[in-house]
Amino acid sequence: MGEQKKTDHRAPGDAEGEGSILTYTAGLGFALALTAASFIVSQSHLLWAPGLAVGLAVLAIAQMGVHLVFFLNIGSGPDNTNTVLALAFGILIVTLVVSGSLWIMANLNGNMMPGAVMQEMQK
Amino acid sequence: MTAQVADASAVPEEVARAGDDGPAPVRVVVAYGFWIFLLSDIIMFAALFATYAVLNGQTAGGPSARHLFDIRNVAIETLCLLFSSYTCGLGSLFIARRRLRPFYVLFGMTFVLGAIFLGLEIHEFSGMVASGAGPSRSAFLSSFFALVGLHGTHVTIGLLWLLFNVAQVAAKGPRPFVLRRLHCFGLFWHALDIIWVAVMSLVYLMGVRA
Amino acid sequence: MGRLGWSAIPFDNPLQMGASALVLVGALAVLILVTRKGWWPYLWREWLTSVDHKRIGVMYVLLALVLLCRGFIDALMMRSQQAVAAGGAMGYLPPEHYDQIFSAHGTIMIFFMAMPFMIGLMNFAVPLQLGVRDVAFPVLNAVSFWLTASGALLVNLSLIVGNFARTGWLAYPPLSEIQFSPDVGVDYYLWALQISGIGTLLAGINLVTTILKVRAPGMSYMRMPIFCWTALASNLLIVAAFPILTATFGMLLLDRYVGMHFFTNDAGGNPMLYFNLIWAWGHPEVYILILPAFGVFSEVIGTFAGKAVFGYRSMVMATMAICVLSFMVWLHHFFTMGAGADVNAFFGIMTMIIAVPTGVKIFNWLFTLYRGRIRYEVPVLWAVGFIITFTIGGLTGVLLAVPPADFVLHNSLFLVAHFHNVIIGGVLFGAMAGYNYWFPKAFGFTLDRRLGLVSFWCWLIGFYLAFMPLYVLGLLGMTRRMQHYADPGWQPYLIVAEAGAVIILCGIIATVAQLVVSIRSRERRRDLTGDPWNGRTLEWSTASPPPAYNFAVLPRVDSLDSFWRAKQLGALRSPTRYEAIDVPTNSPNGFITAFFAVITGFALIWHIWWMAWLGLGCALLTLVSFGWRERTERTISGEQLRAEARARPAGTDFG
Repeated sequence: MGEQKKTDHRAPGDAEGEGSILTYTAGLGFALALTAASFIVSQSHLLWAPGLAVGLAVLAIAQMGVHLVFFLNIGSGPDNTNTVLALAFGILIVTLVVSGSLWIMANLNGNMMPGAVMQEMQK
Repeated sequence: MTAQVADASAVPEEVARAGDDGPAPVRVVVAYGFWIFLLSDIIMFAALFATYAVLNGQTAGGPSARHLFDIRNVAIETLCLLFSSYTCGLGSLFIARRRLRPFYVLFGMTFVLGAIFLGLEIHEFSGMVASGAGPSRSAFLSSFFALVGLHGTHVTIGLLWLLFNVAQVAAKGPRPFVLRRLHCFGLFWHALDIIWVAVMSLVYLMGVRA
Repeated sequence: MGRLGWSAIPFDNPLQMGASALVLVGALAVLILVTRKGWWPYLWREWLTSVDHKRIGVMYVLLALVLLCRGFIDALMMRSQQAVAAGGAMGYLPPEHYDQIFSAHGTIMIFFMAMPFMIGLMNFAVPLQLGVRDVAFPVLNAVSFWLTASGALLVNLSLIVGNFARTGWLAYPPLSEIQFSPDVGVDYYLWALQISGIGTLLAGINLVTTILKVRAPGMSYMRMPIFCWTALASNLLIVAAFPILTATFGMLLLDRYVGMHFFTNDAGGNPMLYFNLIWAWGHPEVYILILPAFGVFSEVIGTFAGKAVFGYRSMVMATMAICVLSFMVWLHHFFTMGAGADVNAFFGIMTMIIAVPTGVKIFNWLFTLYRGRIRYEVPVLWAVGFIITFTIGGLTGVLLAVPPADFVLHNSLFLVAHFHNVIIGGVLFGAMAGYNYWFPKAFGFTLDRRLGLVSFWCWLIGFYLAFMPLYVLGLLGMTRRMQHYADPGWQPYLIVAEAGAVIILCGIIATVAQLVVSIRSRERRRDLTGDPWNGRTLEWSTASPPPAYNFAVLPRVDSLDSFWRAKQLGALRSPTRYEAIDVPTNSPNGFITAFFAVITGFALIWHIWWMAWLGLGCALLTLVSFGWRERTERTISGEQLRAEARARPAGTDFG
């Protein structure tokens, strides 16, 4: 079975053609920048305080994207479809589980007895 | 079904386009299977992230994130892991081109950087335990230790696996099955850095500002 | 030896001692028989170290059938207890024992009967249907099976040494925390399921990779059999859901062993979080169970109605829709825990929505049967029984999806009747259909038809007698898991339910008898064509049983149901050219890993720390030593393939 056939088979993580040092170095550069930005945003007051969580989340997602594209070579070509679809499925499940859990638990906790009474009962 | 034998050149154009041309090459199958495993691992982390998000306010009168987290330490850990991802990626480039000396050097650096990360994390954990902020102190600390500890456990396993892989390269040379495993290791190591980005941002950086 | 001592053996409980003695004597008898007959070399070579998906599939199904008997004995005990414990009577099972029985019943039936049965059927049939030689990772496949068997062994060990959990099959905290369940029961439960959970996750990864990356030439996605589509959806759910189970049980273990506070009552723990996470796994789990059964029914109905299943595309879309939607409904398992109206309403509506793709499937099966030339063989009877029974169960499910109704019916016998309705009517009937359908392929001879009919009718009649009264009882107010009850008006219903259970027992005995009789008379019912049912899919193009490598030459696929089409067109031809192939060698990896898993699990349960480290260390060494192997495949030459093909009966082997 040859590698010459026109297939839609590329291993996840395979680079287009041959990977290059440039790709990895660029990825490192972007990741460093985003990391620095995350630290600055968290340590200083550049960002409006209530928006901190969103800001950090956006920077984190961007950095994960950098890792995926530059280090893991996840692209958009047709031979990448299975890999990308699997990743999308994983992200969907993570989103459903995390956001669903947060919504449900917040709701449940909100309907619990007032805190002081609870602590009294726990003694 | 027709009588055609599975001969590569005999695949009619329509069939080749319409369907697949048979089982994928082994290295694709192995890498894809490992990719699916990584996704399952990320979902396991997601369950722990959800737990941390729910429980991180429950300090039970004990120390909270602001008291406990050392941002400088986190910064060093982050840089170690990020650079180790970089050296790992470069190392895999070199062994793909069968240049073993740079491969050994780069993977050695990957190991050292990963070990430094682990050392710093163990130091952080033991400090917290010693000062009474161990995992059984409160739900917040339980969820912190579980989430970050699970990541650290993965790093530990990764370092052991790295040693095993390098030993195999040294003992058997860059044979196909050895290269497949190295490829999977690379996926694993980069994935660990991705998870660390989430830990760094949502646990540490958020925690000290909460 | 940790906390293990002679007190762990229930000398004071005659019932448990009797059961333990029976199990030990039975196991010993089997071991002695095998030794006497000199079967060990054969068993080791052909089964215990096999990495052949067909062998592994058979072992999974065998495990499931054995554990079906164990779980059913638990059910009989519960039914008989409830049939007598009315008014002031306390029955013959004290609460501490009864609680273990219902916990073991649920745990065994879900994790060690239904899951292995479905995984076994998928293991056996999917590679054959895809026209390939094995799953993507054969050695991993063996490891998966043996880890599952390890979990089953640990659960059954609890019968003899120590006790099982008394918390129900999901071990809710705070009851399952160390404070309220200090003994080994919950630890048996947790470690058995963590170990088998790893096996299941690996099987999920294996089958997803196989279906997506290992198919015969020409088999595009829309030319795959529907069973492969449902297998894909089910295994995607395994990969997505089981990590949540592992994490949640891990946290409960950390609470119990290290004193952490995830789900405790104090120090900020939140037991409700456990409910949330465990059902985020638990709901996809039931779809993991039912989707392969749906696939079996598609195959069976298509074959025995002599028509392609109606609406292939809509079946595929419905399957994948169910796959995704199953992750959006899990709160309906705890409507009453106190989330607000908007949360309950959202999940209630989503639960109703998920019934729609299932309905699409039911209609498609009905349309397939309509105007078909139906042959009433045993598998299609199970399918028809399923359509009726599962529909009723699904309807009661949609009823329970309405939060206000659920507030009345949650944890009542109505709920118990509902889920048994869908699991027995869906999963078990599907398992029996698949078992009867693929048995000739696996072993080369058909199963006795008459006893198959007896088994089916006993199961069908027995099921309705056993569970319809439970719907009524639920509406009358009886809750689940009751060891005794005050209202004597409930007793007649429970006696009818007991009668139903006895009839189901006859069905199980009939299945066992069917196997014994069929083996005895196997020469008479040899399948020489490889295609006893006039099937549509590729597995029927091989001999029965197929050679270890399935296909000497991988078939070229040019349409859906290409085997059927070729038969209709008279275009079947044997391969002309045989090339050498590589096949994996046997591996004791799975068996040895399981051995150390059992040791480690047992040691952790009983707090024998040195033994736990030893077991873990040995498992690691095993992994490393097997990773170091180089010779993992052997070559079969083209000439040998041709010779073996010639030796097979005519009418098989279409390349």
